[in-house]
Amino acid sequence: MQTELPATGHPLADTVARFVWLLPALPLLGFVLNGILSVRAAATIGPADPSAHDAHGAHGAHADGAHGDHGHGHGHDDGHDAHHPARHPSAALVSIIGPGVLFLTFALALLIFGAMRGAGDAMHVPFVQTLFAWMPTGNLSVDVAFQLDQLSMVMVLIITGVGFLIHLFSVGYMQDDPGYPRYFAYLNLFVFFMLLLVLGASYPLMFVGWEGVGLCSYLLIGFWFSDKANADAGKKAFVVNRIGDFGFLVAMFLMFANFEALSFAGVGAAAAELSVGSVVATAICLFLFLGAVGKSAQIPLFVWLPDAMAGPTPVSALIHAATMVTAGVYLVARSATLFAMAPAAQLTVAVIGALTAVFAATIGLKQWDIKKVLAYSTVSQLGYMFVGVGVGAYTAGVFHLMTHAFFKALLFLGSGSVIYAMHQAYHATHKHEDAQDMRNMGGLKAFMPITAGLMWIATLAIAGIPPFAGFFSKDEILTSVFARTHGSTLADASWLGIPGGVVLYGVYALGLAAALMTAIYMTRMMLYTFHGPNRTGEKERGHLKEAPWIMTGPLLVLGVLSLAGGWFNLPAITGGAIGPSEVLHHWLEPVVGTGTLIVTHGEATHLSHATEYALIGTAILIAVAGIALAAFRLKPAELKPAKDAPAEQGIEKTLLNKWYVDEAYDKAVVRPTVGLSRLVLWKGVDTGLIDGLLVNGSALLMRAFGWLGSQWQTGRVGTYAWALVFGAFLVLSAFTLR
Amino acid sequence: MLAESLALSAALFTVGVVGVLTRRNAIIIFMCVELMLNAVNLSFVALSTLYGASGQVFVIFVMTVAAAEAAVGLAIIIAIFRHRQSVNLEDVNLLKG
Repeated sequence: MQTELPATGHPLADTVARFVWLLPALPLLGFVLNGILSVRAAATIGPADPSAHDAHGAHGAHADGAHGDHGHGHGHDDGHDAHHPARHPSAALVSIIGPGVLFLTFALALLIFGAMRGAGDAMHVPFVQTLFAWMPTGNLSVDVAFQLDQLSMVMVLIITGVGFLIHLFSVGYMQDDPGYPRYFAYLNLFVFFMLLLVLGASYPLMFVGWEGVGLCSYLLIGFWFSDKANADAGKKAFVVNRIGDFGFLVAMFLMFANFEALSFAGVGAAAAELSVGSVVATAICLFLFLGAVGKSAQIPLFVWLPDAMAGPTPVSALIHAATMVTAGVYLVARSATLFAMAPAAQLTVAVIGALTAVFAATIGLKQWDIKKVLAYSTVSQLGYMFVGVGVGAYTAGVFHLMTHAFFKALLFLGSGSVIYAMHQAYHATHKHEDAQDMRNMGGLKAFMPITAGLMWIATLAIAGIPPFAGFFSKDEILTSVFARTHGSTLADASWLGIPGGVVLYGVYALGLAAALMTAIYMTRMMLYTFHGPNRTGEKERGHLKEAPWIMTGPLLVLGVLSLAGGWFNLPAITGGAIGPSEVLHHWLEPVVGTGTLIVTHGEATHLSHATEYALIGTAILIAVAGIALAAFRLKPAELKPAKDAPAEQGIEKTLLNKWYVDEAYDKAVVRPTVGLSRLVLWKGVDTGLIDGLLVNGSALLMRAFGWLGSQWQTGRVGTYAWALVFGAFLVLSAFTLR
Repeated sequence: MLAESLALSAALFTVGVVGVLTRRNAIIIFMCVELMLNAVNLSFVALSTLYGASGQVFVIFVMTVAAAEAAVGLAIIIAIFRHRQSVNLEDVNLLKG
């Protein structure tokens, strides 16, 4: 790896920022080390990985803690006991390497962040470090180069910071898994690709990271692959993402065809030359957005994300809530200038985002699996982020991305802590109940007060109660949508024949509806999990207890961030009364400022204070109404454990079954595709055309020629003699008659 | 004299060729082959009056080869007869495609 820099004269060139290549390199090192440990151990020591005898994998935590006072007590002496945890021999070393490299990466990121702050206004030009030429072909040259600017810095800090906390949590959560080093190898590899994604200075390099995180997502969803359902969930995620990747690729082809550039700088400059509403920009943006829809689980490609919950819970927190799924939002924010030239594409982004936010929220209302609730909540919140970046409020979108990373990671890790406790309890009594079903929980706040308290903070944050983080980011998105309804390129444009302003009012209304439902389903989840009577079971109750400090520690940090994350970007209306306002907005200005200004006709639109207070009031009212509605309507006391629960009826059944979207896709897409493949591609093209006509056909042709030739060979000497004489006669005649 | 010799040679050769083509008995075909060889010998000797003694040398070679050929050929025919109780070439068609 080269550290030599081109003489750019950039203010960061002489600072710690020249080590930016170390940011992805460190997790890659962690991946290699952990990977070697995992391979070595599998070849030499202990049970195969993943252990075939450990069927508990699918339900989350693999045991632990409780076996200390229990595992040795019930007569089984060694690893043959299916319930005995098989701690990996290299676990201690892996526990240092895995989170260790992340800590170093985070520390380096903080140092670089400090250097960037020190550079001040000079940071209006991004710092690009070119490592080597990757594709020097003709008039296109793509370099492997890292781009350090305000946007990628924010993403790097979120990824490494939240990532480090989740790595720590995993040390506790996964400690007794036989695939422990493999888990950390995958997790480190994921962070490597994610950093590549946000640091890459061109679309192709970003795409490498984009595919890489997809691969890691696949590997980690199917981490316990001995259970077919988990492997299938991984496959589903991979296949659905391919549709989005197709869009990303086409967008890159279009960029090359029209701009002859693929770096962010080149495309940004070319985009600035276009006029607002240009067809080229609209096409590229729509294809880019198709990529984002796949990666960030929006309608119609959201179906993989809820299934992705088959992976370990910290994976759900890191990949499927805090970082990877937000890559689509990052992609749109990164292409801010391009999107600003395509109001129609922007309206599409906003409408899809708003529809997804509402649709996913309705499903979240009736799920019983605690992780499924959070999964649909993630889909819904991602929709919110797209509404933000869709209306050109890039700061608001990225701000929500950030606060969401805090509170959703907290919620997922908290649910992991709950599942862990539930699993321990069922494990201790050898009962095979669903450790993730909320109907089996209830009253857990008495047993795990820290988790309960911290999850309430996250719940209030996601519901949008001030002063928690989610309130500020969600409010900024909604306010931006409202502000764009007048005096913006979006309002001037039309979408499917509807005036842009009307569309935006619709988006705003959908946003409010989604906010209401978010408050309801989150309160429902908290009530059913932590309040009311406990439904776990008489014998199990005694085994329920708080998770170890290595798991609650990261929760605590995330709790503080969920509480105070709003201070990263207080609305201007606070006027600095409770802290500096619009910090993130000013920070991101050099990257997304141009795009935002184009959308708002070159002037910073500010609503009147009265309107703004009214909007904030409405948002708070909606959130409080949602929580109150859930609190008064739901009766945790009347809930029955999962195995005694009556079947749902009517609309509840439809919501529980996720509007039958999976079934519809199965009928409309999967079955026709499989049928087409079977009848036309397999039976028709492969067996018929290729095997039948080309392979066997050519053989048949040769056989026919052979048969013809063999007819000359009569076996009669007389015939040959005639042939000989005739030949001699011909030759002689040829010589004589010449 | 030369013309007559060559004419006789050609006549003998033709008789040999027709014999090879029309007869089925291996011994007779064999004799016809010998006839063709001797027709060629005759033309060699006749033409040596024009081109020198090398034609006559060639005749000695041909007769040597013909003697060897006769030995091998007859041995083969005897072997065939032992197998098939026939020297009719119609019956010998193992190599038919």
